[in-house]
Amino acid sequence: MATKTVLEAVRDALHDEMKRDERVFILGEDVGPRGNVFRITAGFLDEFGRDRVIDTPLAEASIAGVAVGAAMMGMRPVAEIQFADFIYPAYNQIVGEAAKIRYRSAGGNTCPLVIRTPYGGGVRGALSHSVSVEALFYHVPGLKICAPSTPADTQGLLTAAIRDDDPVLFLEHKKTYRLIKGEVPDGDHIVPLGKADVAREGRDLSVITYGLMRHFAVEAAEQIAREGIDAEVVDLRTIQPMDRDAILRSVSKTRRALVVHEDNKFGGVGAEIAALIAEDAFLDLDAPIRRLCGPDVPAMGYAKEYEDAFMPSPEKIAAAMRELAAF
Amino acid sequence: MPNVIMPQLGETVTEGTVGKWLKKVGEQVAKYEPLLDVETDKVASEIPSPYAGTVTKILAEEGATVPVGAPICEIEETGKKAEGPAQAVPGPAQAPAGPVAPAQQQSRGDGVQGDDGARYSPAVRKLAREHRIDLRGVTGTGRGGRVTAQDVATASKTPSASPPRLAAPSAPLSPAPPTPTAVPPQQAHAVPVAPPSGEDSIVKLTPIRKTIADRMAQSRFTIPFAWSLVEVDVTELAKWRDKEKAGFKAREGVSLTFVPIVVSAVAAALRQVPLVNSAWAGDHIIQRRRVNVGIAIDTDDGLIVPVVRDADRLSLSGLATTLAELIDKARRRKLTMEELSDGTITVNNTGAIGSVISVPIINPPQAAIFAMEATVKRPWVVNDAIAIRSIMNVSLCFDHRVFDGGTASKFLQSVKRRLEGPPPAL
Amino acid sequence: MKSEAKIRAALPAGLTPEALRGMYYYMVLTRLCDDRAFALNRQGKIPFAATCQGHEAAQVGAAFAVQRGTDWIFPYYRDTALAIASGVTAREQLMCLFARKADIFSSGRQFPNHYSVPDRNIASISSIIAAHVTHGVGAALTFKMRKQPAVALISFGEGSTSEGEWHEALNFAGIHRLPCVFFCENNEFAISVPQKLQMAVKNVADRAAGYGFAGVICDGTDPLATYAAVHDAMEKARRGEGPTLVEAKCYRAMSHTSDDNQLTYRTQDEIDALKLRDPIPKFEAWLKERGLIDDSALKEFKAKAQAEVDEATDWAEAQPPPTEADLQTHLYANSPTA
Repeated sequence: MATKTVLEAVRDALHDEMKRDERVFILGEDVGPRGNVFRITAGFLDEFGRDRVIDTPLAEASIAGVAVGAAMMGMRPVAEIQFADFIYPAYNQIVGEAAKIRYRSAGGNTCPLVIRTPYGGGVRGALSHSVSVEALFYHVPGLKICAPSTPADTQGLLTAAIRDDDPVLFLEHKKTYRLIKGEVPDGDHIVPLGKADVAREGRDLSVITYGLMRHFAVEAAEQIAREGIDAEVVDLRTIQPMDRDAILRSVSKTRRALVVHEDNKFGGVGAEIAALIAEDAFLDLDAPIRRLCGPDVPAMGYAKEYEDAFMPSPEKIAAAMRELAAF
Repeated sequence: MPNVIMPQLGETVTEGTVGKWLKKVGEQVAKYEPLLDVETDKVASEIPSPYAGTVTKILAEEGATVPVGAPICEIEETGKKAEGPAQAVPGPAQAPAGPVAPAQQQSRGDGVQGDDGARYSPAVRKLAREHRIDLRGVTGTGRGGRVTAQDVATASKTPSASPPRLAAPSAPLSPAPPTPTAVPPQQAHAVPVAPPSGEDSIVKLTPIRKTIADRMAQSRFTIPFAWSLVEVDVTELAKWRDKEKAGFKAREGVSLTFVPIVVSAVAAALRQVPLVNSAWAGDHIIQRRRVNVGIAIDTDDGLIVPVVRDADRLSLSGLATTLAELIDKARRRKLTMEELSDGTITVNNTGAIGSVISVPIINPPQAAIFAMEATVKRPWVVNDAIAIRSIMNVSLCFDHRVFDGGTASKFLQSVKRRLEGPPPAL
Repeated sequence: MKSEAKIRAALPAGLTPEALRGMYYYMVLTRLCDDRAFALNRQGKIPFAATCQGHEAAQVGAAFAVQRGTDWIFPYYRDTALAIASGVTAREQLMCLFARKADIFSSGRQFPNHYSVPDRNIASISSIIAAHVTHGVGAALTFKMRKQPAVALISFGEGSTSEGEWHEALNFAGIHRLPCVFFCENNEFAISVPQKLQMAVKNVADRAAGYGFAGVICDGTDPLATYAAVHDAMEKARRGEGPTLVEAKCYRAMSHTSDDNQLTYRTQDEIDALKLRDPIPKFEAWLKERGLIDDSALKEFKAKAQAEVDEATDWAEAQPPPTEADLQTHLYANSPTA
């Protein structure tokens, strides 16, 4: 076991996979000598060479498109979009191309790439360095999406994503990079895609969540445990494919569901989770399904007041839990 | 004879106009040879013949606009090698309609007891069904008095404390048919209550007490009631009873108290003044045909009202026996749902606890409740002289929406006449 | 009439008289498939057809410059001749028109001419204009990384060269001197938008300088001229000298697709004049003139091609379509495949 931050877990997964499989290479802005703006790939250029650590032009569409082409030829590219806020030009390639290649060629061509990007707020990143983008992508069949929040899950999932034969969008919450430390098993540590994790077991209500909010939810659960409310926290870890069974298992047990995510509420991933629970766990529900999410404004503003108003916090989550428990 | 149809020229096109026929009836045409000109709002083209043969019929004239897929001419094929599918596909195949889930009619009758229209969550209903709990007897600890799944779970584990199962009475009042009005919660006329001090003690509400509280409040809050009392001289009746009671007991095995006598009189009076045997139903009054008299009984748990069905058809001994059984069952908590249902009027024997005047609370949806008070010897004026007579007050508290004082009076007088008249048949 | 030896000597490197006759056959076969597609459309049997008439020489010339089995082709939806000359059969072409389940490109999921033939090194494309250009660049990057002697031939129309991704692709390829050839079939119209509204430069090839490599123009109605230009570019890339932008000037004889009516933006006279540039009779005359083919061989070729297309039509039409049961196949790696 080693204790590391989420950032170090990303680095280790990338490094170990590049060592293990020469088809794996990295491309993105500033990934070379700069070692990525968060220093994730520091030292990689020296170790793996210019052929496998490629500084691309400032052109997100082609970062993704070139990765698609290489993946079609059997390589395992890990493309980086420097901030999720910049992913929109690559949307065409991710959604219109990568996600569809296997389906449209009836298996003739495949696209085993990974696109990694830091997302999320709480770092005073303002409107263009704080967005969550999962809702724009999880709607797309053919694409997989990971959103881990612990070092162990990050390393295990990124490793699995690189080895996955389907295109994977790998979302790293930038606030967790340095904030969250944890133990990661040694050796070939894999976390399978599509499996949620019960971060905290409980009996009275279920919180379904992912990303930074997993940590806030656990903190909130500890707070209200002292008031006699026992909350279960389910961390999805993968958004697509979503672990429906874990969600339904938890809600059938506790009968009360609270979805927490940082992303805007309307049309967010929580809407799908709520629909799934309503469709398949209706008879088990003792309270309406609730969602605690970011407000429906374009992102969090630069002023701390805006950021605090936008971000869910352990206190806000605890309040929502209390209200749900009292229904 | 194969048809040639109007092709779909363009993805969103739905019709085409026949321009010029390039072949006439009787002419030969080769496969793929131009057959006619067609115009749509997107394109104009020559249409090649799908078959080799002779044109035998023109079905759409030049200038005619026909929908895509409509037959436009017939060609008799020269017999030779078989074609592929005989008919041309009229247009792009329709996307298969996705499976449509049949609209689920959630039936109200899902086997849950206590389905009186109150809102229970799916989990609560499921648990109630599984554990056969009557939800009306379950106290809700959720917001606004809501019954939670935990409440039902608790109820299913504690048989004595309360929420009665199917076999036991669940409500102090006859279960009513579903009424649209929800039980008004305590808020409406709440007066701030000083919190308990160290010397005070808290009496927790049993489910029955809670239900009684809700139902009494609902009755008083929603029914504009009026009350009328008459004094009944039961001296002769009392003498008669004294004479008969031993023999009655020996024959019937049950005591001859005033209760069956009064119930008999009430039942007969209801036949005479049927409006008193009614229910207020919002925009109409339901006058009940059957006379089912509920008897309010005080038990350790609280007030309970078993019902004597068709009381007007029972003899005095029948009434006495039935009443004795019901009372016994009530005390032993063995009353069934049926024994607690369908009452059309309630008789309250407040006399049994020494009351001489009382104003009982109507048991909705009934229109009236009848009180019989204690029989007390009083100085009375008889034939302008003072005598000592046994006097029993009887009163009717009634829903003034359904009938007025006159009717109430008629009813009470009818009861009085029977109780003051010749003794009942045994 | 020159002797065959002299003719051989005069041919561009890698071409033989047999190859030339092969080119001619592919052009004719393509033209017949193209005509058949429109006939079927106007019969109401298929909902959609896209033409490559006017492009046959450019595409066949380019196809012959590709090393089969080594190089990869990233075509666009007008590249019927390129596909047929690279090994796609008439049956396979017709089957995609009928959207049959056994359609090798996409099992009936994509529009006609959306090629994908991995066993013949033709990559899967979509309807998104220019989206495949970065893919070709990614493939070229892979060839370089793996030190394979392969080159990516990426073809597109002049309209594609307005897309941002097209520029990003050339930029990337130029920076890294990747082994690819950007092959533009300029037919002067992107549906109805003429070239002068599509770009400010006179030639698409002029753009190459902006990305640090050469742009070359050739006559896209001459298969040999196109072959020569593409062949040079492919070999240059193979030697590691980076990409070339080859612009083949051709024309589009018919409307953009079966859903278009070019009379709304071109005159009949203009269209009639194009017929004079038809590459097939031109090449036929060229071959005859040099004694590389005679009338009876021509007749035979045409009959053979016609028979091939007829057989392919009937065969493809008789194949079963996909059903709802096929909806979920090939979505993810662990999806059902049949």
